[in-house]
Amino acid sequence: MDRGDHPAIVARGIVKRFEETVALDGLDLEVPSGSVLGLLGPNGSGKTTLVRVLTTLTPPDEGTAAVEGHDVVHQAAAVRRRIGLAGQFSAVDDHLTGYENLEMAGRLYHLDRQTAARRARELLERFQLSDAASRLAKGYSGGMRRRLDLAASLVAHPSVLFLDEPTTGLDPRSRLDLWGVIRDLVRDGTTLLLTTQYLEEADQLADSIVVIDQGRVIAKGTAPELKSRVGGDVLTGTFASATDLERARRALAPLAAGDAQEDPVTNELRLPVGSMGSRALLEAVRLLDNERVEVLDLAINRPSLDDVFLALTGHAASNAPAVPTKRRRRGRQATAASLGSETR
Amino acid sequence: MTTTTLGAHHDDEPGVVERARWALADAQVMTRRYLLQLIRIPTVLFFSLIQPVMFVLLFRYVFGGAIHTAGVNYAEYMLPGAIAQTASFASFGTAIGLSYDLGRGLIDRVRSMPAARFAVLAGRLSSDVVRSLAVVLVLIAVGYGVGFRFDNGAGPAILMILLSVLFGLAICTIAAFVGLALKDPEAVQSFGLVWLFPLTFVSGAFVPVATMPGWLQAIARPNPVTLVVAVMRSLAYGGPITPHLLESLAWIAGILLVFAPLAVRAFKRAS
Repeated sequence: MDRGDHPAIVARGIVKRFEETVALDGLDLEVPSGSVLGLLGPNGSGKTTLVRVLTTLTPPDEGTAAVEGHDVVHQAAAVRRRIGLAGQFSAVDDHLTGYENLEMAGRLYHLDRQTAARRARELLERFQLSDAASRLAKGYSGGMRRRLDLAASLVAHPSVLFLDEPTTGLDPRSRLDLWGVIRDLVRDGTTLLLTTQYLEEADQLADSIVVIDQGRVIAKGTAPELKSRVGGDVLTGTFASATDLERARRALAPLAAGDAQEDPVTNELRLPVGSMGSRALLEAVRLLDNERVEVLDLAINRPSLDDVFLALTGHAASNAPAVPTKRRRRGRQATAASLGSETR
Repeated sequence: MTTTTLGAHHDDEPGVVERARWALADAQVMTRRYLLQLIRIPTVLFFSLIQPVMFVLLFRYVFGGAIHTAGVNYAEYMLPGAIAQTASFASFGTAIGLSYDLGRGLIDRVRSMPAARFAVLAGRLSSDVVRSLAVVLVLIAVGYGVGFRFDNGAGPAILMILLSVLFGLAICTIAAFVGLALKDPEAVQSFGLVWLFPLTFVSGAFVPVATMPGWLQAIARPNPVTLVVAVMRSLAYGGPITPHLLESLAWIAGILLVFAPLAVRAFKRAS
């Protein structure tokens, strides 16, 4: 706005209440044209509500928002002609074929019959669904459904794309596939707002990240900026005994970039090591070996969403007791994968 | 900060005629979608087609012998009732279909597109009209096999079919509201049983109302199913049409006037 050309998405002081709860609490947001914004937050933080406001599905109670210069409430029709939306539930029709789903979407975006047909074939090709084009979507795998759903949101060449948790519930392989597809998309200059619960995903895809919690923006910046606020990578070790744990803590002191956390029950040590990456792991192995400490498990973890949240808010990412364990475990899986690529 | 500072464009708002043309096209796209579903979901096909045929056969041969209808054979008496019941039961599909679409995010998807907002609702109801018409024709064919005849000529026969489809549309509008308001397909299904069975059975659809106890007659006589079926019988094999026709049309108009806006409102609020 201060540069003359307006940003692709602007939201100012958005408030949305649902009966007792405040889903969005004075949220501000700006997404420059052609960039990718990762909207990061736990379940119930207001991500989906914000996407619904920006895609004209829910009017805000207070505040204003515009997409490509068009107000989402007063110029909703103009906004809808410019956006694509793929939600958490893939909104494909099970009883139509892949081709029919895309053709129908094209018609609803008001493409003429020939253009809708051509566009459907193009997208099926691009998303590697050509072989399944004439099969009912009912028989598609989870990954195929998401790809079809994503394709449907692209039928009318939207200039702004909203993806609400596009990979939630996908297996790691399908997730990687979808990341590739999304990367190709934004290379064409599409503005993308992507919501996710995974720091890793935002890190992989987004130019900048906005972290929201309880309907408010609590941090924004690039992935490295956010991670540095957490204190970088964390070295996690599990040891054979309490004595080993204690000796490990002393041995690893030279690597510490912050206070170590010890768990006397599991003999686990968590040590912030800054941005040393995998070098910290090699160094740790050397130091522990020198001291003959008995190590059961040793890993370097990138900060998870929980770590970011803990650092930013002082509370864990989720209020529901069952979820954090699950999320932390997922965070670790992603970590193992990324460690592999770092070492190479 | 106001929206005007965000750089409003008014360059490409289509005119009213253009919008109406698109709205029709959008509704057509959705109608086609629902008709394709109808063909492709075996259970839907079963409930839309086989169940009504089963009802006709059950009533004609199992209950028919025990029910006395003065001056007319039971096949002729019962078929208009079976048709009206079928048109009402078709609304299960409307309600369950809409609640299912809502849950799956399909309605949100369409609402985020430039398609006319009510294309889903309009398309659903048009497809229900097409379906009702098809099922009514099948029932008439089955009826002819078990002794039903149009004794009153082709014009009244066509009017009878149109009246049953129009009545079905009114009931489907109620169901559209129920489906969008309750949202959960299973709840919608149970709720459908609760109101559709009394509506269609506490009526003159299959038995003369005069055979019911007095307190039940008080409910059955003003029941729109009773009235509509009475008109349908008159159209099919003769008799006075006018008094019940006016009452029937009043019911249908009343239902549409109340429930179409309610369905639209539920559709707007649904998420």
